[in-house]
Amino acid sequence: MISKYDKENKILTLIITEEIDQHTADNIRRKLDNEIEIYNSKKVIFDFTNITFMDSSGIGMVLGRYKLVKMLGGEFELINVNRRLKKIFDMSGVSRIIKINNEGLIAKEENNEEAI
Amino acid sequence: MKRLYDNEMKLEFSSKTCNEAFARIAVAAFVSQLDPTIDELSDIKTAISEAVTNSIIHGYEEGEGTVKIEARIYLDTVQIEIIDNGKGIENVEMAMKPLYTSKPDLERSGMGFTIMESFMDEVKVESALGFGTRVIMKKKITPKEDLKEDNLSDEKQKEDIKNTLGA
Ligand SMILES: Nc1ncnc2c1ncn2[C@@H]1O[C@H](COP(=O)(O)OP(=O)(O)OP(=O)(O)O)[C@@H](O)[C@H]1O
Ligand SMILES: [Mg+2]
Repeated sequence: MISKYDKENKILTLIITEEIDQHTADNIRRKLDNEIEIYNSKKVIFDFTNITFMDSSGIGMVLGRYKLVKMLGGEFELINVNRRLKKIFDMSGVSRIIKINNEGLIAKEENNEEAI
Repeated sequence: MKRLYDNEMKLEFSSKTCNEAFARIAVAAFVSQLDPTIDELSDIKTAISEAVTNSIIHGYEEGEGTVKIEARIYLDTVQIEIIDNGKGIENVEMAMKPLYTSKPDLERSGMGFTIMESFMDEVKVESALGFGTRVIMKKKITPKEDLKEDNLSDEKQKEDIKNTLGA
């Protein structure tokens, strides 16, 4: 996991680099909670760019962190969620509760197409 | 007698969550002989992960036990079975409903079976209380001719599959 903090705008971005399954979820959860609590920022962004694998363990993990951020009075957003993960978040209703911003991902795909 | 399948593999491992990545990568490696797309491989890996996790945390309730996987290839279709001798499911129909979970306290979402059904072509569950559970899933792998229009070159695809397997 990589964390980036934008001091000026009080935005914490957490880039998750691990595969998310039942085995890894606890550890990732602990690290995320820790960062969220330390910075107590205005906005927390989870960046999914580097996630190569996620199963249903990720749903509860994301919802749990969303609740924590809300409780601390911040905003919460997911970015760069690929098609497969988006499908999982849509099926489980996560997309209806949490903002998913895929503008960056779409821009990247368009660039790739031009390159081909 | 003629066998009904073209290829087969069987796998047995301890009921420990640290074996999840091993299980899904092993099955993906076996399926890769059908030349699947990266998406098909990821679908299979996700479904395996759901079923194996269920055996470990629900079937054996994180205690001791053995999880078995059997995979068979019939022409262009792979059938994968995940088997445990754990506590079994009382009401399979209810268990398979989206959002149903018997462990809401542990940040479970009850989406495991729904994900298996959406990523595989067919999912069947056989279970008996006190004896265990068998999840049988099937997926047809797209024949290569159908992918001709795909703008991924063969080389690029092989490379991507290697990366997916390695991850
Ligand atoms: N192998 C099994 N042995 C015993 N019970 C099982 C087994 N697999 C599933 N179940 C039961 O079926 C329910 C639904 O399973 P499902 O995978 O859909 O959701 P979950 O595991 O509770 O949550 P999630 O998969 O989203 O983390 C479980 O809560 C459990 O009660
Ligand atoms: Mg499950």
